[in-house]
Amino acid sequence: MSGLAILIPVALLMGLAGLVFFFWAMRNGQFEDLDGAAQRVLIDDEAADDEKE
Amino acid sequence: MNAVTNLDAIKADNADNVVSRFAVPAIRCAGCISKIESGLSREQDIFSARVNFSTKQVAVSHEPGLREDAIKHKIEQLGFDAQILADNPLAEEKGGTDRLIRALAVAGFGMMNIMLLSVSVWSGAMGPTRDLFHWISALIAIPVILYSGRPFFSSAFMALRYGRTNMDVPITVGIILATGLSIFETMTGGVHAYFESVVMLIFFLLAGRVLDGMMRDRAREGISALLKQTAPGAMVLNDDGATRWIASKELRPDMRMVVAAGDNLAADGVIEQGVSNFDFALMTGESEPQHKMSGDLVLAGTLNLTAPVTVRITAAGADTSLSDIARLMDEAGQQRSFYVRVADKAARYYAPAVHSLALLAFVFWMLAGVGWHQSLLIAVAVLIITCPCALGLAVPAAQVVASGALLRKGVMIKDGSALERLAEADRVLFDKTGTLTLGRPVPLNLSHFAPPQKQVALALAQASNHPVSKGIRNALLADDVTPAVLDAIEEVPGEGMSASWDDLHVALGKPVKLEDHLSCQLTVGDQHFAIELQDDIRPDACEAIDRLNQMGLPATIISGDNAPSVAKISRAVGLTAQVGASPQDKLRLISKLTASGHKVLMVGDGLNDGPALAAAHVSMAPGSASDVGQQAADAVFTSDSFLPVALAVQTARRTMQIVRQNFALAIGYNVLAVPLALTGMVTPLIAAIAMSLSSLIVVGNALRLNGAAK
Repeated sequence: MSGLAILIPVALLMGLAGLVFFFWAMRNGQFEDLDGAAQRVLIDDEAADDEKE
Repeated sequence: MNAVTNLDAIKADNADNVVSRFAVPAIRCAGCISKIESGLSREQDIFSARVNFSTKQVAVSHEPGLREDAIKHKIEQLGFDAQILADNPLAEEKGGTDRLIRALAVAGFGMMNIMLLSVSVWSGAMGPTRDLFHWISALIAIPVILYSGRPFFSSAFMALRYGRTNMDVPITVGIILATGLSIFETMTGGVHAYFESVVMLIFFLLAGRVLDGMMRDRAREGISALLKQTAPGAMVLNDDGATRWIASKELRPDMRMVVAAGDNLAADGVIEQGVSNFDFALMTGESEPQHKMSGDLVLAGTLNLTAPVTVRITAAGADTSLSDIARLMDEAGQQRSFYVRVADKAARYYAPAVHSLALLAFVFWMLAGVGWHQSLLIAVAVLIITCPCALGLAVPAAQVVASGALLRKGVMIKDGSALERLAEADRVLFDKTGTLTLGRPVPLNLSHFAPPQKQVALALAQASNHPVSKGIRNALLADDVTPAVLDAIEEVPGEGMSASWDDLHVALGKPVKLEDHLSCQLTVGDQHFAIELQDDIRPDACEAIDRLNQMGLPATIISGDNAPSVAKISRAVGLTAQVGASPQDKLRLISKLTASGHKVLMVGDGLNDGPALAAAHVSMAPGSASDVGQQAADAVFTSDSFLPVALAVQTARRTMQIVRQNFALAIGYNVLAVPLALTGMVTPLIAAIAMSLSSLIVVGNALRLNGAAK
């Protein structure tokens, strides 16, 4: 029983943390341009870009 | 990653900047993203630029003093065609899906945590442990149900208020009864609580709604990226001769606006000064430019092609002819809102059946004398087990997979109901120009020309924006011709291009409309050559019409064009045609067919097709169509090929087949599960297994549509 008193709150808090993180990501626009995110990994660093010029 | 927060960071730094949006359809790769973003960010007045690859849009944050068309020009200098977009047109519409996704996330969180506790109870937790777990479940479930259940509650409430019923009514009744009973069981230390079933039900149903919403958003984003805003405003001439920029909605009659070549008109008006060609394609759908001079009427939305003109405004804003047609379309589209979606049709029979079944179970067990508690428990079990979990997923899952398959073939379906209506169509009407044909003239006889003539033709054509020049230019460029070097190139509006080549006078005359094609004269010195042009039929048009015919959709052409030019096309594709039809004629033909019991699929592009597109049972437009055409149509196909029209109908029918199979699966599951519930043998464990299993089967069946668009 005493184990449950710790484990259940821990499980709930972890779930809640995930939920809060998801809400933050949505509000932050992380899901707005999924195809673009896939393309952006191919872009060279902007800093490196500037040095070349 | 740093670019993700760029815009936000700058917004915080500088409160008085302005964000403008541009549609840039040509964004295709990572290179384009970095070229636009770094190119624009280097400008002094621009704080940052952010490309959205999925929607093919660019958001630019800049000084308030910087004009939108100046930024547009900068994007064009970077090598991309850009269109100014109105203020964030998608913001409100997308909000609906966002809310559903949040509700889905909360339901998912609740479902997992409650299930964790429920599994312990099912594995044999007894006495105080079971009660404690039920209490914790209740604590999680009640807020989750209140938050995530709202979409269903509000929809059911709306339906009941108007004395109707929909899918959400049995869902809401089931949720409320099951939750109430579970709370009662928890308080009295009962054996079974149904919290996990309730939350799971909400989760699966929301998943269906989210799929439906995402499908609509995806198509809408694609289409709005293609949409060109008619004209955000105009340069207005003051009495002292100075000009200033005024937004469209603030334009008033009797103002004088200066319209540069290549600009769209923002209002209707009469030309006061200047002579130019106007592209009326938006109004009439015909690519042939019209020659207008002082005293002629020009309309909002048309494109000034050749020379700057001064126009005295006669009608602006809601009074323009453009707005008139939009109103006509609105009225024509009213009818369509009476269409009842398949899922709601099913709910009409389903809801009363389920409710009377549950009531019967309650009455039966009361009469059998097991007491009201046990009877209510069984009645609620019936409601939970019959709650249309699989039914709620049956339609959207199939439609989402199908529209994804069609999207890969270049067809954007605006919503699920469009797919349903597309499957029912049994007649097709085509517009001619721009729909059956590509809507751009292609030269026919250039291969007979000698290289120097080709070079001169290319050099002259390059200097003009006229559709015929564009056609000649594209054909010659594809032929690897290099342009000749010309001097003193001049475009005389309504006449054509002229220049000098070494000491020879060279010219490209204005096109003359012959019986069924265009012809324009190329002059080199004292020699004249005729370039014959024709608006080509879309590739695969014949095959598409064949396929439609095989599916039982006979086709007819209805065109606003004259008889000879239609006759040639109709002979080529083997269809009958009605010619010289006005927008009202098209509307009348559709009403006549509808009255005789036909379901008409209208395929058209121009503004003149707008009312017909809105009035038809279902409609499609090519991606090159006018804004109005694209907005009125249920589906837009972006390829040159005509095959997508047949593919869309075929896929829609296949989708309805899968939807019917899904209904059969969902009902079959009920036939198996309901007797268990009626005899009181359904425990929460059985309900949970039955619910997830039936949902998975339905989704699995829908996935078979992935390769349907072939």
